[in-house]
Amino acid sequence: MSQHEISLTVNGRLHRGRAPARQTLVDFLRDELRLTGTHTGCEHGVCGACSILLDGRPIRSCLMFAVQADGATITTVEGLAPEPGALSVLQDCFWETHALQCGFCTPGMLIAAHALLMKEAAPTEEDIRDAIGGNLCRCTGYKQIVDAVKLAAERLSGLNQPAPRHG
Amino acid sequence: MAEPSFRYIAKKRRPKEDRRFLAGSGRFVADVALPGMLHVALVASPYPFARLRGIDAKAALALPGVRAVVTGEDLAVATDPMMSGLDAPKLRRYPLAHGMARYVGEWVAAVVADSRALAEDAAELVEVDYEPLTPVIDPERAILPDAPIVHPEHGSNVLFRHKWTWGPVAEDFAAADQSLSLRARWHRSSTVPIETFGVVAQWNYANQLLDIWASIQMPKYPDQLARALRMPGNAVRVHFDVDVGGSYGVKRGLKHSILAGYLARRLGMPVRLMEDRLENMRGGDAQGPDRIFDVEAAFTKDGIVRSLKIRALDDCGAHAGRAPLQLGKPVGAICGPYRVNSVEYEAISVTTNKTPQEAVRGFGQSPTNFALETTIDRIAAQLGMDRIELRRANLIRKEEFPYTIPSGSTYDSGDYHQVLDKALAAAGHAALLRRRDAARAAGKLAGVGVACCLEPSGGNSAFEPLFNPKNETTTWMEACSIKVDLYGAVVVSMNTSSSGQGHETLAATVVGEVLERDPETIRVVHADSLTALPSNSPVGSRMAIMLGGAAAGAAKKLKEAVMAIGAKKLGVAADAVEYHDGEVRLRRDPAQKLSWEAIAEIAHRKFHELPAGMEPGLQAMHVLEVPTGGTLPTADGRVQMYPCYAFETHVVYAEIDRITGQVALGPYLVGHDCGTMINPDIVHGMTYGGIAHGIGAALYERFRYDETGQLLSGTFMDYLIPSAHEVPDVAIVDHCTPSPLTAFGQKGSGEAGYLGAPAAISCAVNDALAALGLKIAELPMTPALLSDLIATVERKT
Repeated sequence: MSQHEISLTVNGRLHRGRAPARQTLVDFLRDELRLTGTHTGCEHGVCGACSILLDGRPIRSCLMFAVQADGATITTVEGLAPEPGALSVLQDCFWETHALQCGFCTPGMLIAAHALLMKEAAPTEEDIRDAIGGNLCRCTGYKQIVDAVKLAAERLSGLNQPAPRHG
Repeated sequence: MAEPSFRYIAKKRRPKEDRRFLAGSGRFVADVALPGMLHVALVASPYPFARLRGIDAKAALALPGVRAVVTGEDLAVATDPMMSGLDAPKLRRYPLAHGMARYVGEWVAAVVADSRALAEDAAELVEVDYEPLTPVIDPERAILPDAPIVHPEHGSNVLFRHKWTWGPVAEDFAAADQSLSLRARWHRSSTVPIETFGVVAQWNYANQLLDIWASIQMPKYPDQLARALRMPGNAVRVHFDVDVGGSYGVKRGLKHSILAGYLARRLGMPVRLMEDRLENMRGGDAQGPDRIFDVEAAFTKDGIVRSLKIRALDDCGAHAGRAPLQLGKPVGAICGPYRVNSVEYEAISVTTNKTPQEAVRGFGQSPTNFALETTIDRIAAQLGMDRIELRRANLIRKEEFPYTIPSGSTYDSGDYHQVLDKALAAAGHAALLRRRDAARAAGKLAGVGVACCLEPSGGNSAFEPLFNPKNETTTWMEACSIKVDLYGAVVVSMNTSSSGQGHETLAATVVGEVLERDPETIRVVHADSLTALPSNSPVGSRMAIMLGGAAAGAAKKLKEAVMAIGAKKLGVAADAVEYHDGEVRLRRDPAQKLSWEAIAEIAHRKFHELPAGMEPGLQAMHVLEVPTGGTLPTADGRVQMYPCYAFETHVVYAEIDRITGQVALGPYLVGHDCGTMINPDIVHGMTYGGIAHGIGAALYERFRYDETGQLLSGTFMDYLIPSAHEVPDVAIVDHCTPSPLTAFGQKGSGEAGYLGAPAAISCAVNDALAALGLKIAELPMTPALLSDLIATVERKT
């Protein structure tokens, strides 16, 4: 199996590594970079658990080889928060509405919703359902996820700010 | 019983465990990476039934990086067979096929290599010499005397067959004004979590200890794993702090774990076995109930249901496991929420050459609820009665609780009529009917569905002795311990893994409620199997009742100790003090008090200030027996199955596309009464998710086999899980009838939504099809099935 030198920027950091030609991007992120927040659910491009942002667009990292991402700029779930230990507005809204249960599809959902909010500041319910329509969740029935994305859109536009929290 | 008021319980509070998942720092089994870890790939049978004549692994073993190839022969020598839930000692099941392969996808050999990719390369080089045999695929064919026998040593494909008669069935049928019969078919689906099953095993020679990390949700898993590996239980340590990526019943990878544990010991290196999606779907042994119901009902001309005869034939696949017991749990709610005078129930479990079943959300109750509600609708249709009025006439009335059904289970509490009324009002039922009629007038196929269903909760295991008299299990305990450190910090220890149910929030909320301490300050940890107290994992909608009850029990003991210490320090008798916000104060003079921190310090440092006989430190544990547990079934099979009964009414509007057969759902409303909700967001989330799961079972999801036994839906391209497009915006209206049996009035909710959605959707589809003179009692009602059915009529007109 041929090995290939690749370099890619992940969550703002430049990484250089060697990838076998057949290694998928998700395996490279998880196994080589130890960014295990991105998950594999089906490895055939349906469930969306492996969603990441590649050059700003949401893609399925199980359907791409690592070598194809040479030179790309990538954001994974670990890169959504403004700083370590903090949560982004979207992540915080997922917490507020309890938009997750087991947490396995959650990174992919966050990526899909984040990508939507980057291009659409005031999404409709239909927009939201379209945006997450390629991400399967078995726990939530999607309701609290849709609520979280709506709330995040409001908060990002300055409305409906959270009350101060104790603790 | 009035609805109680609480400080933390039943309030909107952010779940404790959400944060780590949102940060991408959950720790799932695939995230466990150990130095030198080896990887497993499986060789799977392409035949549904074949004798294994030989396995040649030479080419595979010659590949660099390949460490071992093992077969069923190896496992049969080194391990004991997995137990089934039945008294059937000749059913032998090992992690790898032994002698015969009994379904397509059954693991025949395991390849271990330095990477998963290498292991897959090598698996393709393993040559297996199969002698194909004639399979049996159809469960009704499997029970015939001339059918091929899946387990020849067992001598029959019938794994379990028993008919119970509870009450005067023959007399009630003879006296009834009318009767009807129907067949209802629930095809094979499952919970299909997005995370497949995985296990990592590491053998430590020096300690003689096998460490296991697994995405597990299984009662007695450590015991069964150690037993099969012929090791004492204290030589296997299962780490329950692994986050489990969904389960809903099925994450019971015992065979995977025996295999990984065996390999780790044999090779002396850590081993990971992580299913890929195809291995999961066809070889993970996690498909669900596959059931044919034949129901007869006897009723009066006024629509009062007097008696039911139910025959349930379930195809459990190629190995028994606990699948036959999924016919047993519904005994505890065999007539649903209705007053029925007598019931006959025949449960038949057969084996065929299909992937084995595992426990699926509801453990057989959702298919049973579907059959019961279909029966109620057919009675209404036969009598020309309104289907809601018929339900009202038969629902158990509030004043009749506690209510004992013919099969011996007593329902604890409920207010079914009020929940039904609230649901109909909140759904705008009358307006929905007008909308339906307008849609019909416009040429559409439209229907409204209503279903009233029970969720038995509090997971006991009373079906075990019911199905196997040699099994005298009468407890299914759950435990919790609490310790307070020198400076007053609280740690709560639970004793199983979690798969999304929010147990850390549950335990912290309950302990915070009793101790009057902010749950956010309470740490909840998962013990490992060697440090854990006896527990039975989150099955059977039990954790609010059982972990909640155990945590409350431990917290009350701890509070008593705090009060005793405080009373001694304040120099008064124990009954002269009261507990308030974690402090102990004099009843007659609340200004005289002792702080939480001061009491913790006394407990940890000042033995001379402790009440006589009290152990130093500040800690408590509680092991809770299931409420109402502790008794064996009677000779005629009457049994208290689970303690608590939640109730739900679904109201759903549906339109069917005449050409494609696609069903569009919504508005969708569910009225839900599960007593006190410890955390409403968590309960609502499980209910929404259960409805989505029920939509899948009702309309899309099916493990479909062709007549030769090949699985046709082994990927997410053909096994269709509902997305945000198929699941409508669901609304919930809550009601609270507290359970008299639990610490805070709580009942279970982990199966909510799923237990009623298939019945409600079937009802709506049938209401729509009635306009064409059609009816169907078969799930899933896939677009193709409905399209073909509609075409049979529309082509004629």
